[in-house]
Amino acid sequence: MRRGWAGLSVVSILVMVFLYGPILVLVLYSFNAAHLSMAWRGTTLKWYAALLHDDALLAATANSLLIALVSTFGAMCLGGLLALGMEQMPHRRQRMIEGGLVLPLVIPEVMMGVALMLFFVMLKLPLGILTVMLGHIVFNVPLVTIMIRTRLRKLDPALREAAADLGADSWQVFRYVTLPLLRPAIWGAVLVAFTVSLDDFLVTFFTAGPGATTLPLKVYSMIKSGVTPEINALSALLLLISMACVALSLHVQRREV
Amino acid sequence: MPDHDRASSQAPGRSSCRSCWLAAPGLLWMGLFFLAPLGLVFAISFASRGTYGGIVWEFTAANYLDLLHPLYGKILGQSLWYASLTTAICFVLGFPLAYVIARSPARWQPVLLLLVMLPFWTNFLVRTYAWMILLRQDGLANRFLMGLGVVDAPLELLYTPTAVVIGLVYSYLPFMVLPLYVAVERLDPLLVEAAWDLYASRWSVFTRVVVPLTMPGIVGGCVLVFIPSIGAFITPDLLGGARSMMIGNLIQHEYLVVRDWPLGSAVSFVLMAIVMAAVVLYYRHADRTAEALEGR
Repeated sequence: MRRGWAGLSVVSILVMVFLYGPILVLVLYSFNAAHLSMAWRGTTLKWYAALLHDDALLAATANSLLIALVSTFGAMCLGGLLALGMEQMPHRRQRMIEGGLVLPLVIPEVMMGVALMLFFVMLKLPLGILTVMLGHIVFNVPLVTIMIRTRLRKLDPALREAAADLGADSWQVFRYVTLPLLRPAIWGAVLVAFTVSLDDFLVTFFTAGPGATTLPLKVYSMIKSGVTPEINALSALLLLISMACVALSLHVQRREV
Repeated sequence: MPDHDRASSQAPGRSSCRSCWLAAPGLLWMGLFFLAPLGLVFAISFASRGTYGGIVWEFTAANYLDLLHPLYGKILGQSLWYASLTTAICFVLGFPLAYVIARSPARWQPVLLLLVMLPFWTNFLVRTYAWMILLRQDGLANRFLMGLGVVDAPLELLYTPTAVVIGLVYSYLPFMVLPLYVAVERLDPLLVEAAWDLYASRWSVFTRVVVPLTMPGIVGGCVLVFIPSIGAFITPDLLGGARSMMIGNLIQHEYLVVRDWPLGSAVSFVLMAIVMAAVVLYYRHADRTAEALEGR
């Protein structure tokens, strides 16, 4: 028996309870029939039913899905090409671009939000669903590029060289060798970009303007106007969606590795 | 000449790299929608505010000098304090967990790590909102404390600095556990055994063997928790009150409420400087560790 193990295990279990407790309580209370109190008044699905009749909420969901689809597609094109283009560059330039790509991921999101807002205002571009899409592509390009690059670097160069030796031109090498090998990373990146866009609050908050309410913006304004059981139900659904996306992403990336 | 591409790619000195052009659209996009907006914020931080909230392009450093005002100094100071406290608490909670995961049976490790990361992948607003339910006046935390007889009347938990720090710890704890796990996983258990056998106390095993050998993970974890904590907006906005404002809230306030864009931009750059300092610290340390390992 390792010394100190019991104490460490107890702390670890408590930390796990700390991580999952709040989420479980939230999901549990989304089924509570009581309207305002925390007392348990029986199980109900009425808060979920109420969500389906909230037109503003459904419109926000549609906006969120549209933004996530467009920004994922845009980021996949730009980021995928960037990852492929970087491959043949001198190492020093690759490292420079890599360093630059980390920047959008480390600077505070508040700052990215205000910078984009200022930029769009200066360009006299009206804030709306279009500016949100442009902004989401900005934080999704580095994610996509890094994920695809990681996979590209793990590929055995001999496979592509063999194809070239057998007379494939560079397009054929890409189409029939590189692309199929990249498929898990591509689907993984699609799911990550989609989830991040769907969940984003801050960049959207600053670049949306009054017209384009997304799901997180709607959740925020609901929370700000008071805790209600409908938010619990909506939150539980969002938790479910995020977790499903993660599970799917892990599943596609694990295959064929 | 089908071999033309490959030949040129293997001679990096030559500039005829046809596939390199594929990178251009992405780089242009990031230049236009990331670097240019940042440059704009930087430029505006040296401009003056117009009468109705617009911008007057007259060079001034007044915005940065304004930040020395005690009111802003207080917000900056308490942001640094909350972020540091969050980092320390994450270390205390994260280290035992990382240690236990790294010493668990190999096939359990990926599962346990996934369990730690999963909450992080869920919606941030939702995770923060969960704590609003727990910390409310009639929330579960107060019911629990009153049930135990610790307190007679419900405590004011929500909208306090305590709530902000709890929320930050909750949000960023996974960032601490991951690098610590990697470091502990590489730590040879025999070295710890040896220390025990030589009658080291529990404390000296930790401070003189475990900590020095897992330092890269400790620095990495601390930086990864500190950076998002110092730039937090949602957590202090939802869980904090007017007196537990952080830099992120000040930026939003200056931009959207006061509409003093030059001052808001100056605050943004102070925040960016703090974040960059943490990043530099991290890379410096990573370089030193690499050098030390190569020197061995």
